[in-house]
Amino acid sequence: MPRVVIKRDSCKGCELCVAACPQRILAMSKEINLKGYFYAKVVEPPRCIGCRMCALTCPDVAIEIGVSGAQYNFFEE
Amino acid sequence: MAKRLMKGAEAIGEAAIRAHCRAYFCYPITPQTEVAEYLVRRMPEVDGVFLQAESELAASNMLFGAAAAGARVFTSSSSPGIALMSEAISYIAAAELPTVFVNIMRCGPGLGGILPAQGDYLNATKGGGHGDYHCIVLAPASVQEAVDLTMSAFELAETYRTPVFVLGDGLIGQMMEPVEFKEGVVNPPPERPWATTGCKDRDPNLVKTLFLDPAALEVHNRKLAAKYREIRANEVRFERYNMDSRPETVMVAYGTVARICKTAIDFLKEKGHEVGLVRPITLYPFPHEELLAIARDEATRNVLVVEMSNGQMLEDVERATRFLKPISFFGRQGGIVPAPEEVVRELELLAS
Amino acid sequence: MEVIFKRPEALTATPTHYCPGCSHGIIHRLVAETLDELGLRERAVGVAPVGCSVLAYNYFNCDFQEAAHGRAPAFATGIKRVRPDLIVFTYQGDGDLASIGMAEIVHAANRGEKFTTIFVNNAVYGMTGGQMAPTTLSEQVTTTCPMGRDTSDVGHPIRVAELLASLETPAYVARVSAHRPHDIVAARRAIRKAFQYQAEGLCFSLVEVLATCPTNWGKTSSDAVEWLEKNMIPYFPLGELKTPGDDSVAGLTEGL
Repeated sequence: MPRVVIKRDSCKGCELCVAACPQRILAMSKEINLKGYFYAKVVEPPRCIGCRMCALTCPDVAIEIGVSGAQYNFFEE
Repeated sequence: MAKRLMKGAEAIGEAAIRAHCRAYFCYPITPQTEVAEYLVRRMPEVDGVFLQAESELAASNMLFGAAAAGARVFTSSSSPGIALMSEAISYIAAAELPTVFVNIMRCGPGLGGILPAQGDYLNATKGGGHGDYHCIVLAPASVQEAVDLTMSAFELAETYRTPVFVLGDGLIGQMMEPVEFKEGVVNPPPERPWATTGCKDRDPNLVKTLFLDPAALEVHNRKLAAKYREIRANEVRFERYNMDSRPETVMVAYGTVARICKTAIDFLKEKGHEVGLVRPITLYPFPHEELLAIARDEATRNVLVVEMSNGQMLEDVERATRFLKPISFFGRQGGIVPAPEEVVRELELLAS
Repeated sequence: MEVIFKRPEALTATPTHYCPGCSHGIIHRLVAETLDELGLRERAVGVAPVGCSVLAYNYFNCDFQEAAHGRAPAFATGIKRVRPDLIVFTYQGDGDLASIGMAEIVHAANRGEKFTTIFVNNAVYGMTGGQMAPTTLSEQVTTTCPMGRDTSDVGHPIRVAELLASLETPAYVARVSAHRPHDIVAARRAIRKAFQYQAEGLCFSLVEVLATCPTNWGKTSSDAVEWLEKNMIPYFPLGELKTPGDDSVAGLTEGL
């Protein structure tokens, strides 16, 4: 079961992760973070497939991903 | 120590090797390309680095990289090449990197010519690049002195973490004179804990000159200024010639021009006419106090500055003597070296 | 909980100054991941350019030098020549590398200096506010070609990867992009190859990375990704243009 952690105050609100997520489960929050940006957040965590697309495309390393149990590898490094 | 007959440019190259320098980045330019032609054979013998860069500009930036990575490095060029290095010299001074720049001056401005001149005095002593910085500037008058000053240049560069110029005119590069290389004059390079040598077992090192915070940059400028004050206090070197008799006329000249003035002095001395000479060896720090003392001495009636330029050191002599005594100037440009007879005639005109 | 994605050790925790959506942040991470993966961090020396990424030295957790504009390849030459045991890389923008620093990069590549260059091509001068760069596309609007680049007046954008791949000496020249996840993965492979070849003491390696500049392109981050895809990639095709052992003058190869 993958878990996406978005560091709220590292996000600059560029929305690249939202566009990159194949499951369409990322969206911009209505609140702003310390930098004054609407930050990205996971809308439906259970539908996350751990593909890491969001983390790959985040320019600010604001997204960390953890998994427990087996995880399908969508691309080999 | 056996003396060897060597051409100035080659002797300077050997002096660098004897000063434990193991990396030389260069670009061909008359009248000093022989430094490169000598070191391309010599550096491999001591497992040193020799590289001919695509330009003097590139060579001087390679010097920055290599020095900041901990190596003892130097480069040599001539006037137009040194001008191309000015940007890097400012960066090197700002980053406080021990480096040596040998400038075998040729006549200018512009492409000028390839004959000797002293037209880069201001470039070297006032800083040809941007920002408040100085280089120590040593001016040899003979091939032996070029060897000795090149060696001590590496020592000074390391001690003060600064670029040091060895400023010779074309004659110094091209003359052959007997030289000896004194042992144990220069220590091997000390450890440079600040160098970028890979951050194993320590925090990463950073060698940079960008200071976006003005307060931090002012602190850095003041640190450099303090260094230059210390250099001015400790490192002034000059030679006095025939000054014991407190002559009425005192000449000020450096490099090979000073040797020509000595010939003129000896010639007039035989005819009972006493003339003295002060030869600055460090052009920066300039011997201000010595010249002020001479200007204040009642015996001194006038000062004659002789240069192969239109009068550049002249400005420092005027500043040092505060115009307490009349100052006259005699200079030749275009690569023409003044003859002793011309200096004698100037002195006789002054005396009349 | 096993972490499968986090900040590489070779990247510091310092928040970057880059604009939202700027590819520099991604490319920094790719280089840092490579340094971690190949175990090179502790003997790496990076050389930062003058440009948006001048402050790269705040973001990398390894020794760094900050070069004068365009001179990074000369700095890197100096470092590598006196310390061939170190892993040396320059990280440069298109103004730094292809304009003022063109002589330095061409000759470092041609001498086969054994360092790696990460060349970020975002078709403008970023730090100074979006001026025309050597890689600005025909008719692309910038602050110094407000009517769009007029190639009859200032010539066509320079294809740096092809230019360097035409040299006999360099071992590895590739062009990749950092605008979409698929390309980011491919970019990391190329960057890893470049550093691997250096670690093997092979030769000069350069990876040109197409990048977005939302602020100076006047676009949102996502629109910038679209613009890069539609405009830059056709003119700057992706691929490995030169690989070790490939002595012939390289054509375009889809090797990724």
